[in-house]
Amino acid sequence: MKPKVAFYWCAACGGCEEAVVDLAEGILDVVAAVDIVLWPVALDFKKADVEKMEDGSIAAAFINGAVRSTEQAEMAHMLRKKAQVVIAFGACAQLGGIPGLANFSDREGVLKEAYRDAPSVVNPDGAMPATTHKDNGFTVTLPLLYNTVRALHQVIDVDYFVPGCPPTPQMLSDVVQALLKNELPEKGTVLAADSALCMDCPRKDTKPEKLAITAFKRPFEIIIDEEKCLLAQGLLCLGAATRTGCGARCIEGNMPCTGCFGPTSRVRDYGAKALSAVASLAASNDEDEIVKMLANIPDPAGTFYRYSLPVSALQRRKL
Amino acid sequence: MVETIKSAETAAAKPVGFEPRIVAFFCNWCTYLAADLAGTSRMKYPPNARVIRVMCSGRLDPQFIMKAFADGADGVLIGGCHPGDCHYQEGNYKCLRRFHLLKRVVKEMGIEDGRFRLEWISASEGDRLRTVMHEMVEQVRALGPLQCGVPAEEEAGR
Repeated sequence: MKPKVAFYWCAACGGCEEAVVDLAEGILDVVAAVDIVLWPVALDFKKADVEKMEDGSIAAAFINGAVRSTEQAEMAHMLRKKAQVVIAFGACAQLGGIPGLANFSDREGVLKEAYRDAPSVVNPDGAMPATTHKDNGFTVTLPLLYNTVRALHQVIDVDYFVPGCPPTPQMLSDVVQALLKNELPEKGTVLAADSALCMDCPRKDTKPEKLAITAFKRPFEIIIDEEKCLLAQGLLCLGAATRTGCGARCIEGNMPCTGCFGPTSRVRDYGAKALSAVASLAASNDEDEIVKMLANIPDPAGTFYRYSLPVSALQRRKL
Repeated sequence: MVETIKSAETAAAKPVGFEPRIVAFFCNWCTYLAADLAGTSRMKYPPNARVIRVMCSGRLDPQFIMKAFADGADGVLIGGCHPGDCHYQEGNYKCLRRFHLLKRVVKEMGIEDGRFRLEWISASEGDRLRTVMHEMVEQVRALGPLQCGVPAEEEAGR
């Protein structure tokens, strides 16, 4: 009998599902080797189908997305029971990801922004989502949003982490191969190399011996040199603080690293560490000049904690 | 004695018995010696700071500051050598650059400005250390306890 595998998405954009689809014809090898028992984005199995399965009967559950609602927490707990191995797939499941930026606000703030205040919203009646609604004698329900977005391991026990926004298809097929051969490493491992992106950067040789940034630039402000170290051009490239394994896709696309692969194993708080690396490069010893230079980094908390606010030391903005 | 009475008055509006917990990172060559001097000169200042000696203010990883706030500090004070006086030539400049960016992050996390402070205090400035300690403790006392992180009821609801 083929091993059973489940894919599930929590608070996610669908990009991680795209990584599965991006296996292209490689997906046929995966389908040939395993039985997919749950994959809401592509297959019609329901929650009830999985509920009927025996505990531990699924070989591996790949869960992407952060956990921000009662429904997602419930699904995560159920899949934990049914699966022998749970893999947090992608930046949101591993670190909280982009949805984790909601931790700068709270439930009320998020709902108001999405349903009332955003410039594109037309909502003259001020209708807001509610957890229960009575209509025509029937009661319909919606899951409750939490005030705080969580990474998967903050909700259930997680065996492995696959980083990336999204992870590369190669990383997925490597994990599936390791699963099939029973060659998975020690529990808790992040399944990518444990060094910084700068080590593998195609522009490594153009990095000056001593980096000193005289002006921080945003990508739209300059014509970006396609060969030269992005940090040396004043762009906020976070490769120095970010785990490698992505194949430097953004750098190849002439864009700076935004840190989606998260920290290496030696770092506890990614944002603080990335900030440390970048700020100390400001080429001035004069306080006023330093403040002025750093002013061109708008929203530093959102920039450095872009993918990792829920797993940072503070986890969220003070409530 | 006067100090004790004064702080008791300020604390009246805040939770009873609130004593600010300040984590103070002092550099080995200047501010830590200033604290030593303040001690040997028998200067009096509030005992609210837990002093952590680091070799240089440039050794301060911003992770330490985030951890201090996350683990219950009501305020964080950094003390280093005056510009130009760093034992390692430019450690305090690195600290200065990190401080200004980190200060903005700390603010975005909902932590008030007065809770995070950087001061240059040389080995001979025991009196300056005393003044800064007084100011910082009173400022944080007025701000009240800092409660970071995820509240317990939110934690339980999972």
